[in-house]
Amino acid sequence: MHFAFTDQQLEFRDAVRQVLAKECTTDDVRAAYDAPAPRTSRWTTLAELGVTGLTVPEAHGGFGLGMVDLVPLLEEAGRVAMPEPLADTTGVAAPLLGDLDADGRHADRVGPWLAGIAAGTVTAAVADVHTPGRPVAGAAGADLLLLVDHTTDGPVLHAVAPDAGDVAPVSSLDPTRRLGQPAWAPREGTVLASGDEAVALLGRTSDRAAVATGAELLGLADAMVSLASNYAKDRQQFGKPIGSFQAVKHLLAGAQVLLEFARPVVYGAAWGLDSGSPDASRGASVAKAYASDAAVEAARVSLQVHGAIGYTWECDLHLFLKRTWALSEAWGSAGEHRMRLLDSLVATR
Amino acid sequence: MDERTDQPMDLQWTDAQEAFRAEARDWLASHTPAPRSLPSLDTAEGFEAHRAWEGELAADRWSVVSWPEEFGGRGVGILEWLVFEEEYWRVQAPLRVSQNGVFLLAPTMFEFGTAAQKARFLPPMASAREIWCQGWSEPDAGSDLAGIRSRARRSDSEGGWVLSGQKTWASRGAFAEWCFGLFRTDPDAERHRGLTYFLIDMATPGVTVRPIPQIDGETGFAELFFEDVFVPDDLVLGDVGKGWNVAMATAGSERGLSLRSPARYSRAADRLVELYADRVASDPARAQRSADAVAKAWMDAEAYRLNTLWTATRVLDGGSVGPEASANKIHWSETDLAIHRAALDLLGPEAEFHGDGVDAPWLDGFLFALAGPIYAGTNEIQRNVVAERMLGLPRG
Repeated sequence: MHFAFTDQQLEFRDAVRQVLAKECTTDDVRAAYDAPAPRTSRWTTLAELGVTGLTVPEAHGGFGLGMVDLVPLLEEAGRVAMPEPLADTTGVAAPLLGDLDADGRHADRVGPWLAGIAAGTVTAAVADVHTPGRPVAGAAGADLLLLVDHTTDGPVLHAVAPDAGDVAPVSSLDPTRRLGQPAWAPREGTVLASGDEAVALLGRTSDRAAVATGAELLGLADAMVSLASNYAKDRQQFGKPIGSFQAVKHLLAGAQVLLEFARPVVYGAAWGLDSGSPDASRGASVAKAYASDAAVEAARVSLQVHGAIGYTWECDLHLFLKRTWALSEAWGSAGEHRMRLLDSLVATR
Repeated sequence: MDERTDQPMDLQWTDAQEAFRAEARDWLASHTPAPRSLPSLDTAEGFEAHRAWEGELAADRWSVVSWPEEFGGRGVGILEWLVFEEEYWRVQAPLRVSQNGVFLLAPTMFEFGTAAQKARFLPPMASAREIWCQGWSEPDAGSDLAGIRSRARRSDSEGGWVLSGQKTWASRGAFAEWCFGLFRTDPDAERHRGLTYFLIDMATPGVTVRPIPQIDGETGFAELFFEDVFVPDDLVLGDVGKGWNVAMATAGSERGLSLRSPARYSRAADRLVELYADRVASDPARAQRSADAVAKAWMDAEAYRLNTLWTATRVLDGGSVGPEASANKIHWSETDLAIHRAALDLLGPEAEFHGDGVDAPWLDGFLFALAGPIYAGTNEIQRNVVAERMLGLPRG
């Protein structure tokens, strides 16, 4: 029992934080609103640092590491509302492709994609199994789509390298989400897995996505509580900083407590996935539900503490709010994960 | 690089920890009274029954496993203590009548006590021969604890202090043998200075106890009156005038790692799921209305378990628990309420059944949980601490 990150993991996190502080300012996020694209110079920088390939097997140019290693970096991505698809590509797609690569049968196909993810030349979007047939986050502009055909014989997993026109963009309140409706017909050549294999792969994928998204939400929540706390220290009313009033303090303290408790839940879930714990899936549900609730509450509170200025386009807060609202619903809402957990608890009692 | 901080994340118990668990489980299986079979510890009869149970625990060194062996413990670490607690709550063993002593005073005494104090007080605390209550709050000093007015006057001739004043809401105060209390030794000093932490024998002349019936009708706490109560110098814990600092160490234990182990809530949350499953069969509409609250309460308990392991690891790696203890107290107290509130909703019209011949664990648990956001510093005070010390907001 040793529930902590290693010094090395924390040092890498700090290095990524420094890079993102320079390369992913709120001006940069605003620029991505105007021209959303997955492969940016920032993505190249992350690839050079080894971030995009963190979970890619070493044979394909990655570090071959797991979710525990990735989670602190996803928190950093969330903290700056990074527009690029680190969670989807490195947290979800690469481990899924890695599972297929380990099995050997698809090595020819998945190998180049994995190498591309590590090199920063491939970004991926993965269909959310919670919302079959709906627009896929990150699909507009992605190099690789991992899609699911829900057939009467169960789900079939497909990999599609989209051509122009294959994805119809769908607009979102947060344009960096790059939602897209894939216009594709399932073909023999795109099948990666079907039957029980697909069910198992998609189950693991869904759990990883819940944890990866949860980690981003932790970073977003932390950023919003910080923004609002700093504002509350500066903004004066009745001749003193509004942060000195208990009504304001208690709003922020409540959000901070939720965040404090969401962190170990997400970290523990990441460990559960990496270690193959029998409770991994349950842990992923707790992680997504907890992180979603913490971030949604941080969003509510930080907007309230900012007051009217927080409701403007000029104030940076909305960049974080919008991402939070989108991610809180992605890969299963808090309520969906609570029901999933309860069903599992009742079934195994 | 430090060996421990270079260790990869691992949430599995070691073989040694599992062996310790098995030993605890075996002992508890053959010794623990049936769940809820002892009378309430807030009655005279129940107090003695719980004392006897803790005597049994102590006889086989299970009452204070993390203490050094010389004081009655097994010298194990905080993680092993958490393992023991999991087993203790798994079999729904009795509430600890000695909790103010073993979970609050003892950690403070290990930090600030003299060798003589530790030798004198820890062994009978471990065996529950001496049970402690807490004398902090006063009628006019609750959340504003530094507003304490009870006084201790210096008596050089007698070599000690003469205490006078009134304390209130002293849990276990109706029956306890000893009291740890804060008194003002320097009335001219700034509020937080000039306080001193005393260990007081409740049998000393001048101590009067007035039990206070609680919301459930039982005398879980008491008012304590001190009229010229003499306390010798060797019963001052820590330095004279430094009582606030000593008390904050106790408060840190109260809110942080030691008072409420996660297993208590994990087990209650598991029982809540059982109750929910029963209701799915007997009253599906009611169950459905409560499903989200049940799942949420279970998650709150799980989050508390994980956060405790996270904090315990940090402490073992040389870190400390600061204002996070306040966040912790908010979380465990609200989790306890959420679990019991959800249970009462599942029970519906049966929730109010209570009294003679009725076993009402959920309602009793709910009444107990209601006190959580109030004692150990109200949750409003804890939110101030979180805002000021974790987020850096200015004092009001």
